[in-house]
Amino acid sequence: MIHDGDSGDGDGDGDNHNHDHDHDHDHDDGMSHLGKMEARVRALESLLVEKGYVESESIDQLIQIYETKIGPKNGAHVVAKSWVEPDFADWLRRDATAAIHSLGYTSRQGEHMQAVFNSDDTHHLVVCTLCSCYPWSVLGLPPTWYKSPPFRSKAVIDPRGVLSDFGLNLPETTSVEVHDSTAETRYLVIPQRPGGTDGWSIDQLAALVTRNAMIGTAIADDPQ
Amino acid sequence: MNGGADLGGMQGFGPVAEEANEPHFHADWEARAMGIVVALGACGKWNIDQSRHSRESLPPADYLRFPYYRIWIEAVEKMLVSRGMVTEVELKSGRLQVDPVEVRGTLAPDAVWDAIHSLAGAADRPEKEPPLFEIDDQVRTLNEHPEGHTRLPRYARGHIGIIVNILGFHVFPDSSGNDLGDDPRWLYQVRFSAQELWGPGKNPNDSVTLDLWEPHLVKA
Repeated sequence: MIHDGDSGDGDGDGDNHNHDHDHDHDHDDGMSHLGKMEARVRALESLLVEKGYVESESIDQLIQIYETKIGPKNGAHVVAKSWVEPDFADWLRRDATAAIHSLGYTSRQGEHMQAVFNSDDTHHLVVCTLCSCYPWSVLGLPPTWYKSPPFRSKAVIDPRGVLSDFGLNLPETTSVEVHDSTAETRYLVIPQRPGGTDGWSIDQLAALVTRNAMIGTAIADDPQ
Repeated sequence: MNGGADLGGMQGFGPVAEEANEPHFHADWEARAMGIVVALGACGKWNIDQSRHSRESLPPADYLRFPYYRIWIEAVEKMLVSRGMVTEVELKSGRLQVDPVEVRGTLAPDAVWDAIHSLAGAADRPEKEPPLFEIDDQVRTLNEHPEGHTRLPRYARGHIGIIVNILGFHVFPDSSGNDLGDDPRWLYQVRFSAQELWGPGKNPNDSVTLDLWEPHLVKA
């Protein structure tokens, strides 16, 4: 079957609906497009379970882990630790993979890490123009915008425009360096430590480090 | 391939819109899709590069309009069929008709945490030869348009850049994504000025780096 180019959205995104009554999975005209994807994926899962290729409980666990256990808190810990411990920051520069793995953040899509440090002179921004490569081990699952055509197309040709879309306007004299994740290397942006945080603990500092600051579409939050 | 996934430099999609308080998944099926695709990896019937190629070879118009996890579902169904794991009839009917094929393994519920922390997806391999390029070398990317999988995007072909990092000896997706084996090669981080890629109107301070393999590069 392999849903061909005429198949409908099936995504519930509210427009561009094709009314493709001959679509393989679209037997029920009364079903919403969202409902069609729900039914299609449910049928696929039960077929794969019946065949013995997957277990539903494993899928439950994967979802639960990525909803509750692996997310930007991991990356915020890495960043805050680098702000407080110069030796750790040096290690991150030299061998980000080892430094990040030393904290237990070894999950998939973090096997090969590079940390890129923002400075007064240079701002880093991470994208994957070809798919959606993203450091799951330290940031969790990517947000929709990161995976979407507007970001993936524009980040490399107009990075300042992207930053402006996020409300971040940098001086022309600040270099913007974009990293297109075309290999298995995953990039983590280390934002600059905000002022007014002298003496703060790693936990306190980590609360200022947003997901977007570690992708490069923001800077760290202001402590005020 | 010059498919719908090779988006760098396209224009007209409008501003990047961030959804406030975005949930991890927008519907149950998205969560199940993520779990199904990750869990199926344990079967060992495809590698990550073949998986990416299955997604990027969807018709471009579909790739652009489908929500992301639908792309995953379309692509994984293609691979399930091409490996004989399921038939098209089974996908249509949702009912088992053909015995399962042998797979390398399956992901057991009590093995999930360890499996995703196993570093089994590492792409580095034992070095077979010294790297051809050194840091600060000037290189030019090939200007080729293969119909199969490549990790050299259209916008970066035929351009001059500088080697800024030697990242290791890694599986070469342009081989492994095309069913030709790991064929590991040296992987480099290469920096291109924004003006080299996009013309003199760009800010002279700006640049883009890509991670490219030795076969993508010639000395310039």
